[in-house]
Formats: sequence, structure tokens, C-alpha cells
Amino acid sequence: MSETVLTSDKAMGKSPAEKDRKNAGMAGFLSSSNSDYLMAALFALAIFTMPLWLAPIGAGYPDILQKFAIFGIFALGFNILFGFSGYLSFGHAAFLGAGSYAAVWMFKLLSMNAVLAVAFSIVIAGIFALAIGFVSLRRSGIYFSILTLAFAQMSYNLAYSVLTPITNGETGLQISRTDPRVLDNMFREPGAALPVPDFFGIELQGWPGFYFCATLLVLAFFLTMRIKNSTFGMMLFAIKSNQNRMAYTGFSTRPYLLAAFVISGMYAGLAGGLLAVTDPLAGADRMQWTASGEVVLMTILGGVGTLLGPVIGAAVMKYLEQIFSSFNEGVLHRAFDFLTPELQDLMVGITSPFVGEGWHLTLGLMFMIVVIFLPGGIMEGLRRIASATRGRRAGSGDAN
Amino acid sequence: MDAIILQILNGLDKGGAYALIALGLTLIFGTLGVVNFAHGALFMLGAFCAVTFAKLLTISERVRDESVTFFEAYKEVPYLEIWYGDTGRAIVEWAVPLSIIMAIPVMLLIGFAMERGLIRFFYKRSHAEQILVTFGLAIVLQEIVKHFFGANPIPLTAPSALAGSADIGQWFGMTNISYPMWRIIYFLFSLLVIAAVFAFLQLTTFGMVVRAGMADRETVGLLGINIGRKFTIVFGIAAVVAGLAGVMYTPILAPNYHLGMDFLVLSFVVVVVGGMGSLGGAVVAGFLLGILQSFASMTEVKAIVPGIDQIIIYLVAVVVLLVRPRGLMGRKGVMEA
Amino acid sequence: MTSHILAINGVSKRFGGLRALDDVNLNVKQGSVHAIIGPNGAGKSTLLNCLVGRIIPDEGSVDFDGSTLLGHKPHQINQAGIARVFQTPETFGELTVLENVMIPAFARKDGAFRINAWGRARERKVVREEAEHILDDLNLWDQRSQLVNSMSRGDKRRLELAMCLVQHPKLLLLDEPTAGMSRADTNNTVDLLKKISERGITKVIIEHDMHVVFSLAETVSVMAQGTVIAEGTPEEIKSSPKVQEAYLGGAHL
Repeated sequence: MSETVLTSDKAMGKSPAEKDRKNAGMAGFLSSSNSDYLMAALFALAIFTMPLWLAPIGAGYPDILQKFAIFGIFALGFNILFGFSGYLSFGHAAFLGAGSYAAVWMFKLLSMNAVLAVAFSIVIAGIFALAIGFVSLRRSGIYFSILTLAFAQMSYNLAYSVLTPITNGETGLQISRTDPRVLDNMFREPGAALPVPDFFGIELQGWPGFYFCATLLVLAFFLTMRIKNSTFGMMLFAIKSNQNRMAYTGFSTRPYLLAAFVISGMYAGLAGGLLAVTDPLAGADRMQWTASGEVVLMTILGGVGTLLGPVIGAAVMKYLEQIFSSFNEGVLHRAFDFLTPELQDLMVGITSPFVGEGWHLTLGLMFMIVVIFLPGGIMEGLRRIASATRGRRAGSGDAN
Repeated sequence: MDAIILQILNGLDKGGAYALIALGLTLIFGTLGVVNFAHGALFMLGAFCAVTFAKLLTISERVRDESVTFFEAYKEVPYLEIWYGDTGRAIVEWAVPLSIIMAIPVMLLIGFAMERGLIRFFYKRSHAEQILVTFGLAIVLQEIVKHFFGANPIPLTAPSALAGSADIGQWFGMTNISYPMWRIIYFLFSLLVIAAVFAFLQLTTFGMVVRAGMADRETVGLLGINIGRKFTIVFGIAAVVAGLAGVMYTPILAPNYHLGMDFLVLSFVVVVVGGMGSLGGAVVAGFLLGILQSFASMTEVKAIVPGIDQIIIYLVAVVVLLVRPRGLMGRKGVMEA
Repeated sequence: MTSHILAINGVSKRFGGLRALDDVNLNVKQGSVHAIIGPNGAGKSTLLNCLVGRIIPDEGSVDFDGSTLLGHKPHQINQAGIARVFQTPETFGELTVLENVMIPAFARKDGAFRINAWGRARERKVVREEAEHILDDLNLWDQRSQLVNSMSRGDKRRLELAMCLVQHPKLLLLDEPTAGMSRADTNNTVDLLKKISERGITKVIIEHDMHVVFSLAETVSVMAQGTVIAEGTPEEIKSSPKVQEAYLGGAHL
């Protein structure tokens, strides 16, 4: 501690606020709410132009871009819980699955309008999360993880067995031509073909489907950004940092955590609903705990607790999944055709276990490598690269 | 009465498997402080040790099938049978129990390699990171197995002498309760392994150190030099226990590559119910939950509470965690948050 | 009795066979600095934990500002106006110094739970200014954007004090605020604590360092074996043979 503990700057006639104004400058501009809108606009621009700038790497088609958007939402929501408050849920797939079932039921009973379906997904997943979160959050740490895991497994097992009237068991819940669809049928005769989810008349297949998901992703991103910078977000980060201190600081931490859990579950429900919008089918396998593990990986791969990381992580993982699982020996041979035939065979022999059916092997290895070497994920990697280049530039500046 | 005994019997073999996996899990958690999500994979690897061993024993030569006379037929005859006749045939038949001989060193090596190569770097990291990295490892291990053995279950049979049913009722002077012999063997086997582990921990100096470490993790470092090597050995033992559980389970359930994941979640639940870091708790909870599960799958029970068989174990876990977070036999103050 | 902000009557707590607290009676006057001293294992920390809701006593009553503290959770007790400085500083290591002080200020402004997931935390003017003033007062202004994890232990202690003061507590509990400090740092802390006494906050200090106790406290309670064996002004305590025997082992101060 310095000798001048209490020689306050006020004595010299400077209030902290005055000093703050002096230091404001650029930082002041960036910390204002305007920067939120700027960042959201940039994000929206990047997302909506994905078909253009992702085309060169073979991802410029709606099916995969839709997946990027949907799992981006899922990971964004998961990150609100795990990244912000530090509570690792291993049962988030349950909310994804619940959202899908809810959306398909909406399609069956009321209308093929995706807005209704998605709204219902969010509500159902939210209620579901409220119930599971209320119980699970009585414990923390690994016990919390196991409680969420247990609930997700119960949901999965029940969806396969007793709940068959709601979930249609192993076959999965599908729409059929003869469904009531009360609202739709009030206004028009049911067609001969199986109906398609729509947005007030625009059929959500192909590009419209992607833009529907992308718009929701942008909204979800903006909301997440607001949450991160809000008082609520600050409290979640504080809980992650030192929950004990929070209690002695006068906060009741459980309601904060429950709110985060429910919000996060609603994001998962939205993602599940969107999965049903792009393909009106819901199966219990979406609830399996390995699916929960997948969203954990996406978030970690991108960067836990960061804003952009989970979206990037989801996209990278879905892209790699697409690429790796579509590879076969033929593709590999073509990839290595610049080598001599012997070397070609060798390379194909080495790489083939990792592609096609073996994609999960790559996934598992990736998971381990990230956790071991880059716990901060891609965002951390980018930061390191950025600071390394900045360091080099600064170094060369010194030399001059 | 018979029905109840039968259900208890039904639960014992599964309970034995749970108990063995959970025993290793809780041993690792108690001494090393690591949450090992790859422990189910060790069970699965054990099962595939048996598969490999059986395959090795049945490496065969194609010979003319003499019994078919009206056309040229061939059959595969294991070399063992060709070389040693009846003895060879007997060895092939007893492949599953005999593969224990191979499984012990192999699982020990796998355990050592896992601990030295990966786990030891995670002692100081958070439980969440431990869960994640071992989860990744579990995926890798199961995919490797899938690459070599395919995705379909590979059935193995128990030796015919032990394959039939035993009339247990007679042993106790009751009415007919016949029960598959191998399941009884499995139960007895699991008791044997559990007894061996406990004896090792109670009777050896090494075991004393391990128990002291479990009682107070803070003091583990003070218990003499080379704590790293002790940790490696503990992990190896846990791997062997899980592996043996897997080897002997093969005749009950044909192993496939995701067997480990199926058992992992349940075993974790068992550990939590028994109490994290409590060896006795893991064993008791393993059998208890196995038996509970078999009772829940009785049609009479299912008629009252539909679907209960699917969720009973998880339900018990939730209740235990909420009411008594340290588990049935966990010590006060250990992981009670 | 009305001048007593804290009244502890007949509090006992048993852990298994051990009597950690045995019929403790202790009254703290409004606006005073009250020190609790005693050898290790005397029950000082247990008593403190009873005050903040971490431990619930088996018997007795603890009244603060006219109402009981028993049966209330730590966060409720804090909301009632008791702030605590821990023996090892408890801060939010991954957050900045400014945020660390803003968080308790939010607790005072928004209560134990309120969701504001839209408004920017750093732009809540009232809270921010209050936090900045405290940082300025405690000479932490220059470190306001620093992450707490990178601070020295002494600075963390000062920060924790700032986190408590920003709440304007009625009662401040200090658990060995100078433990493990050098003489110079200890003197600085004493000066700091004297300075904040001017704010009129009642303080209860647990301390080993007699120098600190006798230069700060107006009243001293001596605990031994789970109970209060003496109470008085520092002068009275210094000269009490009973205290010297039980606690100081007969040595003269």
C-alpha cells in the first residue's frame, strides 16, 4: 500500500467524474449504446452476406447456412448460462427437443405459420427450463451438471416410451395432410400436397428459410449483447467470479441464475423450433445427452463467455461436420492426386478414418485439443494472433 | 415372493456392473480429484478386450468339412483346435473368462497411458474442464473402436457349462426360480473384484496412502514423495476394475462401440447417489439402483406408474441430490455445495 | 439498550462434541469501534459467521438495529446493513476494480434481486459515480480499469473495504484486516480505518495484532474457549490480570 493512502484527488480540486471526462475520448464513444447498434449492424451485414463470402469454401447454399444460424442461436443461449454465469448444463438438448416438438404440434394443430410455431417453441422451452432450472439450481458445480444431465436423460427416455402420444416415439413427430391446422383451414382449403412452413405466405424453404433463421440469429445476437453489457449480465459474471462474495454483498443469486437458465432454455427452444421450421420433424434423438455435449463443444470451440465466439464455434463445427462427413475415399484420392500413387494410398489410408463415418473421431480430437491447448477457443486464438502481430509492429517501431 | 426374489436377482448383475464402474470413478475422484467422463469408455474397452481375445483364439484355417459328403464343403476350424484337439476347443469355449488374463495388463496399460498422457495435466483445472476433456476422450475412444470393430454389436457366448439356467429356488429349498447361470457368475465375480479392491486398500501400505488421500485431499501431497506415481497406479487400478466389469458383461449384453456412453451416465448417477468419493457408497448404491431398476421394470409397477422403469435411476438421483447432496454414504463436508 | 446497534445474547453453538460458542453476550454501541480479541480457537470467527448468517446458533439471540438476524440468509443480512471484510480478500477477480465496487453499489440501489437485462450497467450514473468516489477516496482510482486478479494482496484488501463502504453499511465487520501484512502496511491500514471512522460507521474488528486493536478500538471484548471473559476499554483490558492470564499468558503488554 502506498504512503499516500488518503490524499484524495478531491483535495486538489478534481472530482473523479472530471477525470473521467478527460479520459473519455475514443473509449467513451465505444462504450456508448451507439456502439451496440453499430456492432449489431456489422454482425447483421456479415450474416446476411454469408451466401456470398462463404460460397468459395463451398458453404454458399441455404441448407448449411440455415444450420449455422440455428446452432448459432443455440450456442448463444447456452453461453448466457455457461459463459456468463459459469454453470455447466449438460442437459440443454432437452430444451432444443422440446422446442422442436412444440413447433411441430403448432404446425399440426393451428397453422403452418412459422412465427406462431417459433413463439410456441420459446414458451414451451421456457416453461420446461423454469421447472428444471428451479430444481437443478439448488446445487452448483458438478452436481448441477449431473442434475441437468439426469433431467435431460429422463426427458429423452420418456419421449421414447410413455410420452409416445405426444412425441410419436421412435418414428418422430411429423406433420400430415390430415392434421386439423385450424387457423389455416379457416381461410383456405387444405391442398393435396404436404404443406410447408411459411412466413405470412412466403414458403420458408431454400433462401427464404435461411433469411428467416438469419434474422432471428441477428435478433438473438443483439439481445445477447444487451444482456452481456447490462446490470443483469454484470451480476452473472460476478456470480461466475465469486458466488460467495455475491451473497455477502446482498444479492440473492439463485433468481439471477434461474433467469439466466430460463433465457438460455428459451434460446434453445427457439433453435429447436427453427429446426422444425426448416424440416417439420421432431425426434427424441435431439434430446440425447450427446447432443447437449455438442452445444458445449460449439461454445468452447468459439470461446466461452465471449459474444461472437459461440456463433463462430457453431458455424465452424457444422461446416466441418458437413465437409468431413461428406468425404469418402474417392474425394480423398482426388485431394491427394498430386502425389505419387504410393504416397497417395498412404495419405488416404491415414486420413480416411477421420472422414465420412469417422467424422466423430475428428470431433472428439478437436474437442480435446481445444480444451487442452486453447481453453479460450477460437476467440482466444484470434486475440493471441492479434496481440502477437501488434507486438511485432510495436517492436519494429521501437527499432526505428 | 418368488417374483420379488427374481427381481432382486435381476438387479444384481446390472448392479454389479454399476458398482464396479462407479467404484473406479469414485476412487479416481476421491484421490485424484478428477471427474472422469471417459470411465464408461474403459468399461467398453474391457468388453472389446474380450472380443479381441475371442477373435485371436478363433483364428482359423479353412478345412474340408468331412461331415458333408455329397459336395465339397469347407469349414473354419480354429488353429487351437487343430493343434490341441479337445483342450484347444475348451480354450476357445472359455474365451470370455480367459480373456481376463489379457484384459488386466491391457487395461492397466491403457489406464497408465491415459493418466500420464492426459489426466495428470488436468489435476489443477476446473471440474468443468475435466468433464469436457474426458468427454472428448470418450468420443475418440469409442470412434476408434467403431473403426476397428464396426458399429454392430458383437455377441459373445459364455462357456456352455455356465450358459444354462440354474435352479436357484432349489438351493434355498423353495419353488422353482430358474435363473441364467452366467448372471449369477457375474454377480459373484463383481463381489470378488470389489473385495479385492477393498482388501488392497485396507491391507497394503499403498492402500493406506490412498485412503488417507481420500479422507483429506489437502494432505495428499504430504504423504511422501512420488505422489504422481501413486496417482498413476490408482488410475490404472480403476481402469482394470472397469475393464474387468466390461469383459465379463459381454455374454449378458453384446458389446457395441457406444456401450460406454450408455453406462457412463448411469454410473455417474450411482456415484452421486452413493456419495462422491465414498467407495462403500458406490458399491451399495450400485446394487441398490440395479435392484430398483429391475423392480421398476415389473409390469405390475409399470401399470401403476407408466414409464417409471425409464427414469427411476435419474429420479432417485435427483431426490438424493436435493435432500442429501453428500449422497447416501458420503462424508459431511465433502463436495456438499 | 437503544444505543446498542448489535446485541448478542446467550449465543451458543456446538459442532459435534465441541462447544465453539458458549453463552456469548456482547453489545456493540452505535457508532463505536468494537474489537474482539482472543487466542486461536476462541470462537471469534464462529461468532462472526453467526452474525452474517453463515452459521445458525443453537441457542441465543442476535439483534441488529432492533430486529433479529437469526434465520436470515447472508444476502438479507447484508441488505439490512451489515457488510463484511474477509480474512482473505473476497473479490471478483475476473472483473475490473470499478466493476467490483459498482456491484455492491447495485445491491444497495436495486436490492437483492432485480433483472435489468437491457440497460447498460456501466451507464447507471448514480451507481457509477458513487463507486468512482469511493475509489478516489481509497486511492484506487488509477487502478479502476485493472482486473482484480492482477492486484497485490494489500490492494485487494483496500478494494474489499471499498466494496463494503460503497454500501454505506450501518455495521462493518472486519475479520483480521491486517493479517499477514508488513508493519508499514499495517500502519497504513490503521490510518485508513481511523479515517473511515469519521464516517460514523459502527465497526466490529477481529484482530490478533494488539497494536492495531489498542490504537483503533473504543471497546474490547476478550474471548476464550467460546465465551467472553472480559470487556472494557483498551486500558482496562491491558491492566486486567484475568485477561493476561487467559490470553496473554501472563506477559505484560
